[in-house]
Amino acid sequence: MAEYILEMNHIVKEFSGVRALDDVNFKVKKGEIMAICGENGAGKSTLMNVLSGVYPHGTYSGDIVYKGEVCSFKSIRDSEKKGIVIIHQELALSPYLSVAENIFLGNERKKNGIIDWGETQREAHALLQRVGMGGENVNVPVNTLGVGKQQLIEIAKALGKKADLLILDEPTAALNDRESKQLLDLILQLKEQGMTCIIISHKLNEISYVADSITIIRDGHTIETLQKGDDDFTEERIIKGMVGRELTNRYPKRENCPIGDTIFEIKNWNVYHPDDSNRQMLKDINIHVRAGEVVGLAGLMGAGRTELAMSIFGHSYGQKISGDVYINGKKVKINTVQDAIHQKLAYVSEDRKTYGLILIDSIKFNMTIAALRKFFSKKGVVDQQSEAVKVEEFRHLINVKTNTVDQAVGSLSGGNQQKVVLAKWMLTQPDVLILDEPTRGIDVGAKYEIYTVINELARSGKAVIIISSEMPEIIGTCDRTYVLNEGEIAGELSGDEITQEAIMGVIMAHNRKGEL
Amino acid sequence: MENSNVKTLAPKKVNVSLKQYGMVLALIAVYLIFAAITGGKNLAPMAVNNIIMQNGYVIILAVGMLLCVLTGNVDLGIGSVVATCGAVAGTLIVDYGVSSPVAMLSALVVGAMFGAFAGFFVSKLEIPPFIVTLATMLMGRGICYVILQAQTKGPLPADYTWVSTGFLPTVKVGADAAGKGGVDLICLAVAAVIAVLVVLGDMRSVAQSKKNGLPVPYTWQIVLKDVLIIGVESFFFYKLGCYNGIPIMLVLVAIVVAIYHFITTQTVAGRQIYAMGGNAKAARLSGINTKKVFFWVYANMGLLCGLAGIVLSARNASATPKAGDGLEMDAIASCYIGGAATSGGVGTVVGAVVGAFIMGVLNIGMSLAGFDTNVQKIVKGAVLLGAVTVDLLSKRKKS
Repeated sequence: MAEYILEMNHIVKEFSGVRALDDVNFKVKKGEIMAICGENGAGKSTLMNVLSGVYPHGTYSGDIVYKGEVCSFKSIRDSEKKGIVIIHQELALSPYLSVAENIFLGNERKKNGIIDWGETQREAHALLQRVGMGGENVNVPVNTLGVGKQQLIEIAKALGKKADLLILDEPTAALNDRESKQLLDLILQLKEQGMTCIIISHKLNEISYVADSITIIRDGHTIETLQKGDDDFTEERIIKGMVGRELTNRYPKRENCPIGDTIFEIKNWNVYHPDDSNRQMLKDINIHVRAGEVVGLAGLMGAGRTELAMSIFGHSYGQKISGDVYINGKKVKINTVQDAIHQKLAYVSEDRKTYGLILIDSIKFNMTIAALRKFFSKKGVVDQQSEAVKVEEFRHLINVKTNTVDQAVGSLSGGNQQKVVLAKWMLTQPDVLILDEPTRGIDVGAKYEIYTVINELARSGKAVIIISSEMPEIIGTCDRTYVLNEGEIAGELSGDEITQEAIMGVIMAHNRKGEL
Repeated sequence: MENSNVKTLAPKKVNVSLKQYGMVLALIAVYLIFAAITGGKNLAPMAVNNIIMQNGYVIILAVGMLLCVLTGNVDLGIGSVVATCGAVAGTLIVDYGVSSPVAMLSALVVGAMFGAFAGFFVSKLEIPPFIVTLATMLMGRGICYVILQAQTKGPLPADYTWVSTGFLPTVKVGADAAGKGGVDLICLAVAAVIAVLVVLGDMRSVAQSKKNGLPVPYTWQIVLKDVLIIGVESFFFYKLGCYNGIPIMLVLVAIVVAIYHFITTQTVAGRQIYAMGGNAKAARLSGINTKKVFFWVYANMGLLCGLAGIVLSARNASATPKAGDGLEMDAIASCYIGGAATSGGVGTVVGAVVGAFIMGVLNIGMSLAGFDTNVQKIVKGAVLLGAVTVDLLSKRKKS
């Protein structure tokens, strides 16, 4: 019988009367990888904050037993001293400091208070080797490296703190498939060396791949713990535990949705990198979308999908843009975002917190900000009543869970935030919607609701373009998909042709063509 | 799919947002504290009158500064620009015999040009506003000294100083034989009209919300709020009525505040400033021309500096090269005391005005109490720090 390195017993954490965690219990065996699953708002992050001392001992009730002793961490430093290290979803690296400086940030190698650069570099190099980055120069600033490598540096940093228990919060959220695989394999490798890991992720296929056990949390309660070998580890099984019901179909069917004429077309679209006028990012792109049609833009990260969408949307990306845009058969000029809105084009960004929402402002403010001039004002004066009425209508229509539309969007869960962004663009009454990663980082229930909204949009005759890195999402929602690779349209698939294998096949074939 | 997502219906009653009224309470508290310290000297009609007369230009500048603060920045150059605008008007009148209206117009144009200059660098060339306005601060002061040749220009004629020293006509009742005492009926009428407007305004918005099925605030909270507002404004106008009636300065300030309150709360342009301050990238992708917003915010600040320059030189009846020194700090402090956030996107015109009033009440109270000017600075600094600390801590507690 393996010993338990960590036991969380009857953890209760309240925020001004609301129980975020209500009697949470689970045990982690030494040297295993435990996944914690739950919908957004289920309490996963709160739980990890309790464990790592972000919420100090005394602000919650219950016991944390680590390596056989009851712990009362006052701060994150206390938990780190014991070897519990948490890597948050948002990377905590200082962009202009070097790799080595970042690895030992707050944990500097020093002699008599003076930094020992020799040892810093030597140890940094050794740690990088452990995470498979042995060839990397430890003296370059981290912002010159990709997100995938930065995530590995975070792990190296944790190893530098002599972690015995590593907590990873959504470690692959910003990574592409290849980088994710690399990271997961590294975690498996660390396990071989005796590391215990707790991983939080929405990507259930990844969890099935690495986890030895899965603890499921719903509404602040621990529902169950599944063990590898004893229990079923399929995505359907995990989802059932998370949402408390069988979700037989993750993608709602789109019925009675006739496809009409082409209403949106891009011809010979060429775009160059915003900082480097010689670097062509998009090459001779031709795409079209019909009314009532949902079209995907599939491809690996860095294929140029977001760049394509943003360059179309009022030249928000790139320079030396050439090519034509046709809406409803008419050639239109879209040089600014204002033009794009005027031409009934909408773009829902992949990064809702940076590009989609004004987090400190209310749901109402955010919902109407793009449509304000056109639909909610007369001679520059806002019509507050018609605004309030419309916002209430949309709140119910897309089911934003809130008591009042005056609540700041920053306090909503990811799924509800995404609904607000969607509503914001629906309120501009567009004919063409480009949705960039519309369900990134949100839970399955909210995903389903967003797919339902997408179906509704298509049924009302809109043209919808979906950019997604999750191939099942493209397969589940699109009538047709373009596959982008290295800034070019590598192929086009429609209907039943759209499968994971087919998409990858198109990318591989395109890559080979490039090598010849 | 089964629906676990219960549709939460809008509650019929909501709480009145207390934040702004908290500031008003702070204003009353400061006022009463000094009433105690000075033995009621600051309750005298003249002292109340001076709150407006001595702080009118700070209020005007605080309103303009609020827009800069909403974008997440400040304008450091306003003290110098105010002095330069006053210098232009003063020199034109004294040295060139230009009429007062033309001189005033010139001051406004010069202010707007300064603002457009800063706005150009800030928006078109994307130079950080801190640096651009640090430059206009230095350049403005220099230009002011050059124009005035380091001398004071004066005296300025009565039709110029009227904006800062004049009063509306009065209809006094209850005065004794020597014409002393008594109350101006016009002041009382204005107080009554404001009271009626406040009540009617609330009734109208409640009625509209009810009609559209939107939540309405608790009635007792509305009543309490109105009693507070009407109490403060009635006291204020009663005291003015006991003095010389309504100052022209008050009319001017009221017009400026009303215009900018309207712009920030009721117009698309106002929303765009808030959106840009809250998240410039998201604002841009929502179809807001952020450069244009930036330019107009700074150009507008310049225009208001022109107005403040007129008011300040009119009050002094002369243009002096040292005028307006440190005014930028008073304006910035007013915004922050009034609840604006340094990161941008948060703040109101009314808040900034209340902030400016707190500064004004402090100034006058301390003068009347005979505080040393150096001690006054210490107190003002402490109040700024204290107000912002309380504000931020209470917000942190809530979240």
